[in-house]
Amino acid sequence: MNSLNPHPFMCDIHDLATLAEEVRVGDVRAVSRLISLLENHPGAREALRFLNTTLRKMMVIGVTGYPGAGKSTIVDRLVSFYRRQGVKVGVLAVDISSPVTGGALLGDRIRMSEHAMDFGVYIRSMATRGHHGGLARATGDAALVLEAAGYEVVLIETIGVGQNEIDIVNLAHTVVAVVAPGLGDEVQAMKAGLLEVAHVVVVNKGDLTGANHALRDLREWCPKVLRTVAMTGEGIQELAAAIAEHQRSRGVRHVEKARNR
Amino acid sequence: MAIASAPLRILIGKVGLDGHDRGVKLIARALRDAGVEVIYTGLHRTPEQVVNTAIQEDVDAIGLSILSGAHKTLFRRVLELLKEQDAEDIALFGGGIIPDEDVTTLTADGVKALFRPGAPIQEVVEFVKGLKWRD
Ligand SMILES: Nc1nc2c(ncn2[C@@H]2O[C@H](COP(=O)(O)OP(=O)(O)OP(=O)(O)O)[C@@H](O)[C@H]2O)c(=O)[nH]1
Ligand SMILES: [Mg+2]
Repeated sequence: MNSLNPHPFMCDIHDLATLAEEVRVGDVRAVSRLISLLENHPGAREALRFLNTTLRKMMVIGVTGYPGAGKSTIVDRLVSFYRRQGVKVGVLAVDISSPVTGGALLGDRIRMSEHAMDFGVYIRSMATRGHHGGLARATGDAALVLEAAGYEVVLIETIGVGQNEIDIVNLAHTVVAVVAPGLGDEVQAMKAGLLEVAHVVVVNKGDLTGANHALRDLREWCPKVLRTVAMTGEGIQELAAAIAEHQRSRGVRHVEKARNR
Repeated sequence: MAIASAPLRILIGKVGLDGHDRGVKLIARALRDAGVEVIYTGLHRTPEQVVNTAIQEDVDAIGLSILSGAHKTLFRRVLELLKEQDAEDIALFGGGIIPDEDVTTLTADGVKALFRPGAPIQEVVEFVKGLKWRD
């Protein structure tokens, strides 16, 4: 397939089938390997047809918003929330690759370290590798892999964006846009972008001055605006309820456990 | 797992109690600037957390800063866990204030490289880039 490729099993459809089989029994190393292959080789998508997944058995939640608004902290809290119901949770945390060197500093999981020893949680950092739209090219495929491995909820954190990077809308069943006080102009810009397509809008850092102003302003624009203090967990239960409500209104099929908190 | 056309993925973190992260952050940035995908895990990680994370992130190598005196125990624990998890293809390297004799034993145990404080960052970068041609 690729003469540069020293990874012989890549070319072998039988090996992809074996790997897919290991994914389906929930083998974490197989999940990790297959996601890497999907990132590195378009040919690895052949494996997807052995997975037999459609993202309809799983709840896919997108979390997006400006850099530093608190996306990772919110994802961390939502993971705890779903874990308390005994649901297996996957996280795909996307950060941007340097357009100059191709390198990336993937630091979202710093905020999620509480879950590092929980075998019901799989967290994967992904770099955009030049892909535009706020996600990595392989993020959707990675979600399919997680569904096949038995994860019932997947939380996808996009790169820090506000306006045009809205791939997440096509992937997630429910999109949560996170805003924080003190982002005056940025929020104005988001009104013609992310906020239009988000299903739930969150004003995080509700402990800071300006949060009430942001709430009042946004409520004139968006159907569902919530206040959270992700650092303490305040408002997370309400956020999970709003996500469940949105899923119900769309008639998305997914685990009952995750839907009725 | 290294593939010629794909960026290297390296976990960088700090194990142990001391709270200085300036050094590891510098390394993380230097590696990013060298084209590496760096999974930065932050401070105060345990060997168990590090190995679980490395497996989920499918990294090519783990680079740990261990400044506490317990470096020998901690590096060995990481090696042991990698073995238990059948993940010995993940290379381990590190930095810290490590006496010569410990460098010798730990390298014999399987740590691929150890850097002292004050080692030029470029040395670390060159070592990591060399991993690409491993296997
Ligand atoms: N005051 C306050 N700070 C918060 C709150 N939630 C998160 N933070 C802080 O905001 C900073 C950024 O939080 P993250 O969760 O990393 O934000 P993010 O949106 O994921 O950031 P990027 O991924 O870099 O775009 C951290 O220092 C958090 O501790 C909150 O509710 N109140
Ligand atoms: Mg983040």
